[in-house]
Amino acid sequence: MTPGSVSWRFRHVWGRNLHIFLRTWKVSFLPPIFDSLFFLIALGYGLGQFVQEIGGVDYARFVAPAIVAIGIMNGAYYETTYGSFVRMYYQKTFDALVATPVTIEEVIVGEILWGATKSVIYTVLILPILILLGLVSLPSSLLLLPLALVGGLLFGAIGLCFTAWTPSIDTLNYPSFLIITPMMVLSGTFFPLESLPLPVQYVAYGLLPLAHIVSIARGLTLPALAPFMLASAAWLLVATGLVMLLAIRLMKRRLVV
Amino acid sequence: MAAPAILAEGLLKRYDDLVAVDRCSFVVEEGEVFGFLGPNGAGKTSIMRMIACVSPTTGGRLEVFGMSVDDRPREIKALIGVVSQENNLDPDLTVYENLTVFARFFEIDRAEAARRAGELIGFFGLDEKRDTVIESLSGGMKRRLTIARALINRPRLVILDEPTTGLDPQARALIWERLRSLRSAGSTILLSTHYLEEAERFCDRLVIMDGGRILVEGSPAEIVAARMGRAVIETVDDPAVIDCLEREGVVFERFGDLVHITTDAPDALVQRLVAACNPSRLSVRNATLEDVFLRLTGRGLRE
Repeated sequence: MTPGSVSWRFRHVWGRNLHIFLRTWKVSFLPPIFDSLFFLIALGYGLGQFVQEIGGVDYARFVAPAIVAIGIMNGAYYETTYGSFVRMYYQKTFDALVATPVTIEEVIVGEILWGATKSVIYTVLILPILILLGLVSLPSSLLLLPLALVGGLLFGAIGLCFTAWTPSIDTLNYPSFLIITPMMVLSGTFFPLESLPLPVQYVAYGLLPLAHIVSIARGLTLPALAPFMLASAAWLLVATGLVMLLAIRLMKRRLVV
Repeated sequence: MAAPAILAEGLLKRYDDLVAVDRCSFVVEEGEVFGFLGPNGAGKTSIMRMIACVSPTTGGRLEVFGMSVDDRPREIKALIGVVSQENNLDPDLTVYENLTVFARFFEIDRAEAARRAGELIGFFGLDEKRDTVIESLSGGMKRRLTIARALINRPRLVILDEPTTGLDPQARALIWERLRSLRSAGSTILLSTHYLEEAERFCDRLVIMDGGRILVEGSPAEIVAARMGRAVIETVDDPAVIDCLEREGVVFERFGDLVHITTDAPDALVQRLVAACNPSRLSVRNATLEDVFLRLTGRGLRE
């Protein structure tokens, strides 16, 4: 990154995406919410009748924060993979933007921030439903919103790294199937990580961002505040910074020729 | 004296092992219409992308309005408008929104953006389509909108990469007419095109490029006069005529089933050839830029 390459102009890149989102929100808004509600019904209430309690917690209350965490991941990740790829490759939007006083770095930061915004919007919509169902506690659960922002920035940056790497829109399926889907089930989402062998737990907390988002989210919604949440938050912040720098580097390698 | 609009000295662009622009030097003065001609792969787009500060130079010196593209790209980009070869409009937005959303990237405030968008929509004859989502526009309308969008920041320099390619003659005529009024208003215009006749009429000066090098530079009339002479005599390519031309010591070029003879004194030569060779068909026309282009870059196909 060269000095002066990121100014507040990235807000215009973000604003452009928001403008288009607001024109098409009916199609892009509802599916993720339905997705989450089906998970909640199938797991929380369906499977929950057999599982009943985990560590003294009702299964629906156990799984609700994990469903929010998955929504945070998906909101940003799918925006900066398929969404950004369409803008970059098919619509040539990035080419149009870098011909203005906006820099390539600002385009990338704006895209990642937009991905995070999708995570926050998702959380704003799902949270009242969970509150009404009595599955999350207040006021600590309101901290899911800043969590969605940080988690969204991280998964937005991760998605953009894959977008920088992928030769075509079809090959974007590989990271989805090989990384995102396994992470969805191995991050203490539907069963506690503690039930897995210790080495697997180390790997999960060492490498899987979703594991940290789930652990913080669960600590906030039950609530069961604990010191490890600070460690998870620190892990997320450091990883977000590093992966954002990586995304900028990879995208510049692809786009600046 | 004010700095020229563009100053290039020994400009170099390399992609891995391909040299796309091979030490080109040229100057474009403010207010000029300057053309880049050349077959595909000649290096025209690479040069224009470097001037637009979206592609880094590999070597040499390149300044726009006296500012180096390496040091002050943001300031340069604020002063130019770019129409790229590929359509990169926002397909989900209307004609009007395409202009106003783009204005934000230049920090133009809302009221001013709305005013300019209205003016540009009128100037490019898009009033009826103002609130239409652009996906349903024709190719010519999309191109007009792309040019309109490039003017939203009132650029001092407009860069157009093949602005009329793929359009029907009516759409092309309209675009040239609008570019002409832009020129009258004093804008510097840089363009590439494959339509040589249009370049000949529209450009103050131009370069013909091939293989990353500038082969010739000057006003269209100067280039044609220096390279071709005044006129081209065309006749049929049959063995008797060829024999006769060789006997007479006339220099000629064979193009398919035609023979071209360039000359500054067509009348005398025609009389001589008719008397000596008696060809079945013979015609005289003015030499054009296309003749120069084909002579310099050859007739081989470029893919």
